[in-house]
Amino acid sequence: MPSSPDSAAPPGLALQNIGVRFGGLVALDDVSLHVPPGRVVGVIGPNGAGKTTLFNVVCGFVAPTAGTLTLDGRPLRPQPHRLTRLGIARTLQGVGQFAGLTVLENVQAGAGHHARTGFASALFGLSRADRDERRLRDEAHAALERCGVGHRAHLRPDALPYAERKRVALARALVSRPRLLLLDEPAGGLGADEIRELGALITGLDCAVLLVEHHMDLVMAVCQEILVLDFGRPVAFGTPGVIRADPVVAEAYLGAEVETP
Amino acid sequence: MTGRTWLRHLAFLLPAAVAVLALTYLLPPFRTYQLATVGAYLCVTAGLTVLTGLNGQLSLGHGALMATGAYTLALTQNALAGRGQWTLLVSTAAAVVVTTAVGAVIGCAAARLRGPYLAGLTLAVAVVVPSVTSTFESVFNSDQGLSVALDPPPLALGATFPYERWQAWLSWAGALLTLFLLANLVRGRFGRNLRAVRDDEAAARLAGISVARTQVSAFVVSAACAGLGGALFAVLAQSVSPGAFPLTLSLFLLMAVVIGGLGSLTGAVCGAVLLVALPAATHSLTDAVHVSPAVAQRLEGNLPLAVFGVVLIVVMLALPGGLASLGRTLRRERPDP
Repeated sequence: MPSSPDSAAPPGLALQNIGVRFGGLVALDDVSLHVPPGRVVGVIGPNGAGKTTLFNVVCGFVAPTAGTLTLDGRPLRPQPHRLTRLGIARTLQGVGQFAGLTVLENVQAGAGHHARTGFASALFGLSRADRDERRLRDEAHAALERCGVGHRAHLRPDALPYAERKRVALARALVSRPRLLLLDEPAGGLGADEIRELGALITGLDCAVLLVEHHMDLVMAVCQEILVLDFGRPVAFGTPGVIRADPVVAEAYLGAEVETP
Repeated sequence: MTGRTWLRHLAFLLPAAVAVLALTYLLPPFRTYQLATVGAYLCVTAGLTVLTGLNGQLSLGHGALMATGAYTLALTQNALAGRGQWTLLVSTAAAVVVTTAVGAVIGCAAARLRGPYLAGLTLAVAVVVPSVTSTFESVFNSDQGLSVALDPPPLALGATFPYERWQAWLSWAGALLTLFLLANLVRGRFGRNLRAVRDDEAAARLAGISVARTQVSAFVVSAACAGLGGALFAVLAQSVSPGAFPLTLSLFLLMAVVIGGLGSLTGAVCGAVLLVALPAATHSLTDAVHVSPAVAQRLEGNLPLAVFGVVLIVVMLALPGGLASLGRTLRRERPDP
């Protein structure tokens, strides 16, 4: 275990020897992973392999029973509501939207840490609170445009088709201007065309991405490196080419034949 | 959505203030007193609808928070008695501060509880707080309660100025101030965070919202409003006693905001009006239909509750969003601002 974190630890997110146990169940066992700035890293594996648990560790929903987390060399003790301030944003499996808020408000909710005014300004309706609110709204509009759902801003999320709701969820993550974006099954429930558009969107991002996904075409197309988990243990790591050629991976997860994108 | 928030909200409230002012000159004294009571209830229902409607925290204990405000006002006012009109401002502020502090304590516990457990906690508060008055008899004077030493209306208003009109002015000043501040607060980030936490706590956390902090601040804001409402009640009744804040008061408050429309300040206004109008209407009904004294006595406390229940069911069937959603349904074709 490295004891001099500042000089030795790499920039970006680094997980070292992470282990998670729920009672007798080993959810993650000795997992190490490095997500450098700007890189797209995928995590794949069969259901129950520990992919979402890995995300939950990074987000602070689950405390690791072993190992360390660092962000840009500094130890990371994540709390979910502090993540956006650290430059980390995550989308949830499914859509995870606020049903009682409009699409625009849903995205604005993700930009809260950019606000400069507090409770008192809002209480008295001061014009600086108004300016602040207008700025958040502009940011939210921009994020919606970027994800191609700008025209839906004033609808409720449940009035949108599923694919567009996924885009709204992505917009809410992007509005926080993350340096690291965690995407939990962003292609789930999407059609082939929509997945292709999503792939283009991910490739065009200027932040690092950690992607958990079942859809192999997407993973192979956008990821520079891929970690394969099986029963909580890392079984392979490498570029899409290496992973595709790995017989252990093929047996554990991919099946006999892999379609090339 | 252009223009300044406070100006827009003031533009709503000024006509309301003028209307209330006019009513206090037009209505007979008893009706003016009822109008004043609506104002006091409005402070509480507005705060409760923000907590329960926008933040999803159910409170069965707002009657107890009102009692806290009322007793604080009575004690402060009696301690400062006879020093002038300004003492009322001080004791009202004290009532709000003390109730806010109590609300913060309950809020911290409430932020750890969900659903039925939260309802249970606030229910316990509603039951315990009135009984505190008999435990500390020397301060609160048990079931007898305290009378509140209040000054007559300022002499500048004239020697024959009706007391009810003065009470209505006081209580509506409080109510309109409450509405103004709450409207400012809920239209921006604060209100959005309340609703986000209500809808999905995990997603709210990931969006950078502290769930616990949001829930505690919702409770604190709501308690401050209830404290002001309680203080105004003490001013209106010129006395406080535990009997004025029974458990049924908390239930009435909650039913009122549900009937009015959860989460809507317009709904809170409807609810406050119903809280005064429905029991009054029930009374005049029992007076009109001659029943034996024994039956009348039995109906006394229970009939308003039954009427409220029936109204609740009817409104929920016809307008699930409450009375306030009537206007929204009619405005449906206009796009959101």
